Amino acid sequence: MTENSKEVELQSSAINSEHEYDGGLRVANLDAVKDPGLEPHRVRMTDKSVKHEKAAVRQVSLLFAVSMIGSAFALWAYFTFPLSENLSTVRLNTLYLGVGMTLGLMGIGIGAVHWAKTLMPDNEVSEERHLTRGSDEKRAAAIEILNAANQESGFTRRKLIRRTLYGSLALFPLPGIILLADLGPNPGDSLRHTFWKKGTRLAKDPTGIEIKASDITIGSVFQIIPSGLNPENKEYLEEKAKAAVLLVRVDPSELNETEERKGWSYQGIVAYSKICTHVGCPVALYEQQTHHLLCPCHQSTFDLVNGCKVIFGPAARPLPQLPITVDSEGYLIAQSDFLEPVGPSFWDRSVKS
Amino acid sequence: MSIVKEAPKKNGFLAGTANYVDERVGAAGILKEFGRKIFPDHWSFMLGEVAMYSFFVLLLSGTFLTFFYDPSMAMVRYDGVYAPLKDSLMSKAYETSLNITFEVRGGLLMRQVHHWSALLFVAAAGLHMLRVFFTGAFRKPRELNWVVGFVLFILSMAAGFTGYSLPDDLLSGNGLRIIDGMIKGVPFIGTNISSLLFGGEFPGHVVIGRLYALHIMLIPALILVFLAVHLFMLIIHKHTHYSGPGKSDTNIVGYPLMPVYVAKAGGFFFIVFGVIMVISTFFTINPIWNYGGYDPSPVSAGTQPDWYIGWLDGALRLAPTGLEFMIGDYTVSMNILLPLVISLVFLGLVAIYPFIENWVTGDKREHHALDRPRNAPTRTAIGATGVTFYAVLWAGASTDLIATHFKMNLNQVLLAMQISLILLPIAAFYITKRVCLALQRKDKEIAIHGRESGRIVRLPHGEYIEVHEPLDPYDLYKLVDYKDYKPTLARPNAQGKITVGARVRASLSKFYFQDRITPATQAEIAEATHHNAELEAQVQKAIESGK
Repeated sequence: MTENSKEVELQSSAINSEHEYDGGLRVANLDAVKDPGLEPHRVRMTDKSVKHEKAAVRQVSLLFAVSMIGSAFALWAYFTFPLSENLSTVRLNTLYLGVGMTLGLMGIGIGAVHWAKTLMPDNEVSEERHLTRGSDEKRAAAIEILNAANQESGFTRRKLIRRTLYGSLALFPLPGIILLADLGPNPGDSLRHTFWKKGTRLAKDPTGIEIKASDITIGSVFQIIPSGLNPENKEYLEEKAKAAVLLVRVDPSELNETEERKGWSYQGIVAYSKICTHVGCPVALYEQQTHHLLCPCHQSTFDLVNGCKVIFGPAARPLPQLPITVDSEGYLIAQSDFLEPVGPSFWDRSVKS
Repeated sequence: MSIVKEAPKKNGFLAGTANYVDERVGAAGILKEFGRKIFPDHWSFMLGEVAMYSFFVLLLSGTFLTFFYDPSMAMVRYDGVYAPLKDSLMSKAYETSLNITFEVRGGLLMRQVHHWSALLFVAAAGLHMLRVFFTGAFRKPRELNWVVGFVLFILSMAAGFTGYSLPDDLLSGNGLRIIDGMIKGVPFIGTNISSLLFGGEFPGHVVIGRLYALHIMLIPALILVFLAVHLFMLIIHKHTHYSGPGKSDTNIVGYPLMPVYVAKAGGFFFIVFGVIMVISTFFTINPIWNYGGYDPSPVSAGTQPDWYIGWLDGALRLAPTGLEFMIGDYTVSMNILLPLVISLVFLGLVAIYPFIENWVTGDKREHHALDRPRNAPTRTAIGATGVTFYAVLWAGASTDLIATHFKMNLNQVLLAMQISLILLPIAAFYITKRVCLALQRKDKEIAIHGRESGRIVRLPHGEYIEVHEPLDPYDLYKLVDYKDYKPTLARPNAQGKITVGARVRASLSKFYFQDRITPATQAEIAEATHHNAELEAQVQKAIESGK
């Protein structure tokens, strides 16, 4: 088949396309306004006048020249503005390098587009489309190939081969998937324990200085980690992500404590987990007047003097409380670990293991 | 004829090279096939181009960053030039990110180029999707390419999020913490999945390295594959063009690839790159040195994810208090699952929309001429609903900043957002649909009666009229060239049964098309033209007799 006859075939199928498919709910407008065809071409100034054409040529070349200058400038800036201990050098380096590279890029870009818009032909061309589907002959040929392949391999005829092939294809990825199981250990009960133990002293984060009850005035708030948890621990961040505590002292008369938690605070000093029960952000904001703790990530708000119950936001559970007391030297210590898992909820958090 | 003079001699270097290449890769055939391919011209067709070019810039700038970055979570004491963090404890990943910023010439620039182009990549891909949606470019034969584009959009967000986490700074670490918390909320397998991702307890020692592998290898490879499929289908289908005079479903109108589109599209890559470069030169993005390395205890107020994750974060924030409940001893974290499910359903609807609309219209013909959004009022209204829903979720991620900037009560801002999430999309639907129908009526009015000329005339019997002038045929055709669908009834099938599917389709077709405005017909226009001509004659007569 010659190229020409192919074109004719494509064109005829394109014209037929409207007839081949169901238009569904489409309404044929028998009295539709006739298509007047493409709008007449508007001649540009650069097509009409040699002066404008020459000007456009100059503009395009100038833009490309700007690009060259910009790139050269960037090279110069790279060596002229080295970085040093003085941080303002970072600003200068970024600024001059960036300006040079911007000019280098923009000159080419705007120049090329300007060239296309002013000097290259702007006559719109119309081309026929053809249907996406193959012609009937092509389809017949394709089906023939499939049939031949089927005949020669016996794919549908030999059921046993086909079914065992399906089975093997279904099973072969499984070992690959199971290999991923060693990405991480089974969590076990790791989420239920923290670094806090009976007698662990409370220490300031991040200095690790242990804190005495007498150091804390009413209204003050401290970020606390367990004493002995320091960056030399192998699991420092993992433990800190569970053990971080917020320590606040309020007027004891303002505390509404449940009967069972009466002994968990010390003279108005309460310690609550800092890890939000929603999705685990640190509950870092304390409002001294209202005694509200606010999580900056999703605005869950906890009422410190009422057992840190949720008063606003998507969190569902109160922040877990760390029972504290003081030891013989006056240092604040934990009475025990948290009595429930800290941090975000998980499926079996309330199941006793 | 300077071109002829400059043409290479038969045995010149150029001809030799061309011959060499053709004999080895058949370049002449490729060039003959594609060299003069027609591409339609419209500014809105450049949105997808912006996305693709941003991706190329990402590949270039990202490769540069990999030369200096070390995805290790091993703890080190900072000993670089940035004094405020001197001696502080941080991961190697964060340290090398700081070193790129402060100790590699052009390092900060490249980090900002990478970050800005990532933001632009997702934004342009999203806008491109909206363009395709609102113009109906997803219709047959392009439904599958819509799905491919959808996958690309999801991949772009995945690429963004994995990259965002790599500097291991305080802000991105909290982002990972939120991901961890969400995963843990999944029933049955949550804690196990979290442990697999983080290699044990959060934050662990491996997650940055794993995200790095995904970010620089798997996700970009997938994006490249899907991009190739996307463009391959584009070539098979040829590009759509806007409907109008001379443009129909059976032709394509535009400029040839060579030389016009090589210059325009090639030049446009440099413009996109240049714009990213100028933004990165002058505007700081992600100043990780201000945040410090990741530490699970501190967090700064006003934390925000990158913009494209905002809607998911907003969904988390808008969940009302008290959704979590217990079944026996087991915790069901509905406050996490509900936003997750809503987001997934939303994305799912986006992915399958072309198939829904196709099922309703039953239109099996190929569509290559694009709709003006007003000419598909219900689709446009559905799009506006989706955009509004997304926008409210997105704004929901900034409730705290809205409250502090506008001095409002945080709780009330959130409540307003929760109400808006339900009411605004509904309002958007009705307003958009009404606006579209009104615009269609206006178009039909102008098509039939012509343009208001501004010439007011008093007739002999005292009536004032404004003379209307007919449109030129091209302007007229732009107003009437659209497809018209009408609702169907639930009809019985061959067995004489009216199936549930038929009923649903009938009511959906009513929902889509019951308010349709039909395009103006020739008869209507002729009648109005005749009427105008009569008036004009009357006017002329009056002028004559008045002389």
